[in-house]
Amino acid sequence: MSKKRIATVWLGGCSGCHMSLLDIDERILEVAKLADIVKSPVVDVKECPEVDICLVEGAVYAREHLEELEHLRKSSRVLVALGDCAVNGNVPAMRNRVGLQAALERAYRAFETGDGAGPVPSVGVTALLERVTPLHAHVKVDYFLPGCPPSADLIHFVLVELLHDRVPDLASGAKLKYG
Amino acid sequence: MAALEIFVNDRKVACESGATVLQACRAAGVNLPTLCHFKGLSEVGACRLCLVELEGSPRLAAACTLHVAPNQRIRTDTERLRRYRRMTVELLFSERNHVCSVCSANGDCELQELGYAVGMDHVRFPFLNPICNLDASKSEFAIDHNRCVLCTRCVRVCAEVEGAHNWDVQGRGFLSRIVSDLNQPWAESTTCTTCGKCIDVCPVGALWPKHKAQGQFEKRPEFVSELIAKRGRGRP
Amino acid sequence: MNVAEWEARAAAARERMAASGTRVCVCSGASCMVSGGDAVLEATEKAVKSAGLEGSARVVKVGCMGTCSQGPLVRLDPDGVVYQKMDASKAGRVIDKHLKNKALLRESLLFAGPAEPGVERPSEHPFYARQLQVVLEHCGRINPEDIDEYLAVGGYRALYKALSSMSPEEVIGEVKMSGLRGRGGAGFPTGLKWETAYRHVADHKYVVCNGDEGDPGAFMDRAVMEGDPQRILEGMAIAAYAVGADRGFIYVRGEFPPLAIRRLGIAIEQARAAGLLGRNILETGFNFDIEIRIGAGAYVCGEETALLISIEGRRGVPRPRPPFPAESGLWGKPTLLNNVETYAGVAPIIERGGEWYSTIGTAKSMGTKVFALAGAINRTGLIEVPMGITLREIIYDIGGGIPGGRRFKAAQTGGPVGGCIPEQYLDVRVDYESLVGLGSMMGSGGLIVMDDTTCMVNLARYFMEFCMDESCGKCVPCRVGTRQMHLLLSRICGGEGTERDLALLEELAPYCREASLCGLGQGAPNTLMSTLRHFRDEYLVHIREKRCPAGECAMAGAPAGVR
Repeated sequence: MSKKRIATVWLGGCSGCHMSLLDIDERILEVAKLADIVKSPVVDVKECPEVDICLVEGAVYAREHLEELEHLRKSSRVLVALGDCAVNGNVPAMRNRVGLQAALERAYRAFETGDGAGPVPSVGVTALLERVTPLHAHVKVDYFLPGCPPSADLIHFVLVELLHDRVPDLASGAKLKYG
Repeated sequence: MAALEIFVNDRKVACESGATVLQACRAAGVNLPTLCHFKGLSEVGACRLCLVELEGSPRLAAACTLHVAPNQRIRTDTERLRRYRRMTVELLFSERNHVCSVCSANGDCELQELGYAVGMDHVRFPFLNPICNLDASKSEFAIDHNRCVLCTRCVRVCAEVEGAHNWDVQGRGFLSRIVSDLNQPWAESTTCTTCGKCIDVCPVGALWPKHKAQGQFEKRPEFVSELIAKRGRGRP
Repeated sequence: MNVAEWEARAAAARERMAASGTRVCVCSGASCMVSGGDAVLEATEKAVKSAGLEGSARVVKVGCMGTCSQGPLVRLDPDGVVYQKMDASKAGRVIDKHLKNKALLRESLLFAGPAEPGVERPSEHPFYARQLQVVLEHCGRINPEDIDEYLAVGGYRALYKALSSMSPEEVIGEVKMSGLRGRGGAGFPTGLKWETAYRHVADHKYVVCNGDEGDPGAFMDRAVMEGDPQRILEGMAIAAYAVGADRGFIYVRGEFPPLAIRRLGIAIEQARAAGLLGRNILETGFNFDIEIRIGAGAYVCGEETALLISIEGRRGVPRPRPPFPAESGLWGKPTLLNNVETYAGVAPIIERGGEWYSTIGTAKSMGTKVFALAGAINRTGLIEVPMGITLREIIYDIGGGIPGGRRFKAAQTGGPVGGCIPEQYLDVRVDYESLVGLGSMMGSGGLIVMDDTTCMVNLARYFMEFCMDESCGKCVPCRVGTRQMHLLLSRICGGEGTERDLALLEELAPYCREASLCGLGQGAPNTLMSTLRHFRDEYLVHIREKRCPAGECAMAGAPAGVR
């Protein structure tokens, strides 16, 4: 059996899900026997190559997230939404109820210790989308792994199941956890 | 109370006349998810999670408001019912701004438990993200409408047990909101006795004591049910 | 009032009506009033006076005559000639020419226009000839603010018959035999409902009339309340006698023009003063009185349990049934609740017999039904037809077809919780079962005709918006389901919809129908489901081609050039 290829991608999130992924500790060796991690925040590849499994952390809140997500979908056999942000928008999506402009105002101008005049950064920063959305609002997602973050055990379970070409059963055995 | 028999998923279940189908099912160990139901309070049949199929009836019925009848045949576990329960939970999550990771009830939340019970790994419907307020005017408690599921347990416990009727519902449809008195800030309520029963019966993190942060707060719903059992409640 | 006094009063009223010569009936229904009926009434009275015709003609305010599109209307009885599109000066000319010179004012005859010269005998025109008026038989002919005119045409004879010569069981038997079914839309057998309320023993029972007519484009009940309110009171009194009730309520929609509420109020006062409501009615020992309750405008209060809760003074939200109101209704007492049109059909059934009524209509849907014709149809207005008539007869013979040479596309029956019926079913007979079979429903009688400029996706979006706004918010499927379906439909109308959105809609619709607590949520997806069934291709064109075939939707999401 040839080794599978895994990508882990960090979109609009806090990287906590990747921390939880690292928390699988020595079990990473077991994963490494079955697969190569070919793209990840810790693997410096700009564009995601063709992979078998792609774990995506974070919500879609910027133009570049959208473009990257569409590319990831095309280049991955199995796409997994990793963590609450990817699954339901979570904290990044809290700005949806007030709108993008109001959120920027609050963050850069109308904060308690500010003078109200500070500029909202517009050059050299990513172009934000009006609404923050979970991955499945844009592309087909094969598996959803909620949790903020999902536990290392759960991530490990899903990885191993997928690496053995099995369907990870998340609904039973008290595996689901939000927040 | 006379005893009678009904059939739940083809299994014979003994129950007392006057009981609801929900009570009969629970007594027989058949689990039905509920949200608006609260032991000791009046039933409203609003959340539609305990829907069952009733043989001979074209409609689905809420088990909490359906009374047992001799030889009634109930199904609680069909594919359709399971699908509809999951949709109800998904719709509830899509309705307001539920962010489990920053919620005071995280880990002790009936909506989360319902999500796990129906196997909801994600919400397929668009998140509606309405603008909702948070009323933290009161010194002890706060109400965050972003997390409210409109089960009206707070309304009922306040009217039926405490007898204060501070809470009620304002507006209609998607714009319905729980209001204190005549939609005044909670601190200005002339009826609230600060008894805290609404905090204990709230299934989610919409009502919580202000000194508790994310995940710290443990609700005591049994306390209110026991109180009602010992003392009775007022007008249903 | 005893029986002799009552009979003498009716006879005197009959004589007065006959002796007044020509009755110049000016329509004072809400539709004619908003198009200038007030000025017509005033001008007519002035013209009769100045022509010195007070001895041989009498101006009478009457209720709706039906052909609302031609209003304001004036009819001269007993000639039966109707003049249309009246204004103050034309009304003067009618009096001058018709009454003084005994000639027809041809250019103002009913239906006179570019297409036809107008009709001299409206009763022979298909608009009236194809109708059968039972509920509306006095509407537009008598003064609704004068109980004597109602007595003159036989009013309260049915109540007296019931009180003096029939047992409650016999009254119920007669209603059962008539085959009358609930005209509010659900079609529950009326006699069976009465029997249930009758069988439940209680110290008090109530009779409630549902006049919370809230469907867009529906004005049947309002017209009866404005045009023949005594008929409703009589029906309620008969019902109260049958089930053993002593108190009645009429729940009226608060947004109605004040006319309906005012006339009901006048009718109740006059009936009370005449001893036809109150204690010991017609000296038979029967006590019954009626109060009006004005709704605050929530559509859901037309749902029976919400309506009763609203009468009790609480927030109008539905509750699960059973118990049904006939068992436990107002303040926990057995309560009989019927719609305006149902009660208005009771007096003729008691008077002429249930068997007579059952010969009208079809085997399962007996009698007549009032419809309000609206939308893309030449003659909008109020009609009453025998059950079993085809939609084609209603729309083309009575309604005169589609204006502007456009093509018929669909008819919406049952209001926002009903559904649409496309062209291929125009010849289906209108009854409760056949309309349900087509994915629509009878409903209370609103019939909105649409031509090919109507987008069916947008129609579904429009009615979903109505249901979303009117959802009471109590149960999840309706409160959130209608909101989600409206969002998804808006996306499709805006050119941003995907096939996944369509799949979600198709999942939400049956869920909302089956899981909702009351008829509002259960009916909310009906227009969506019926348009998906009959016009699915229109949805797909919106989604795949970002184009609205009817040209109604502004496709914001469409690529340039397609919009």
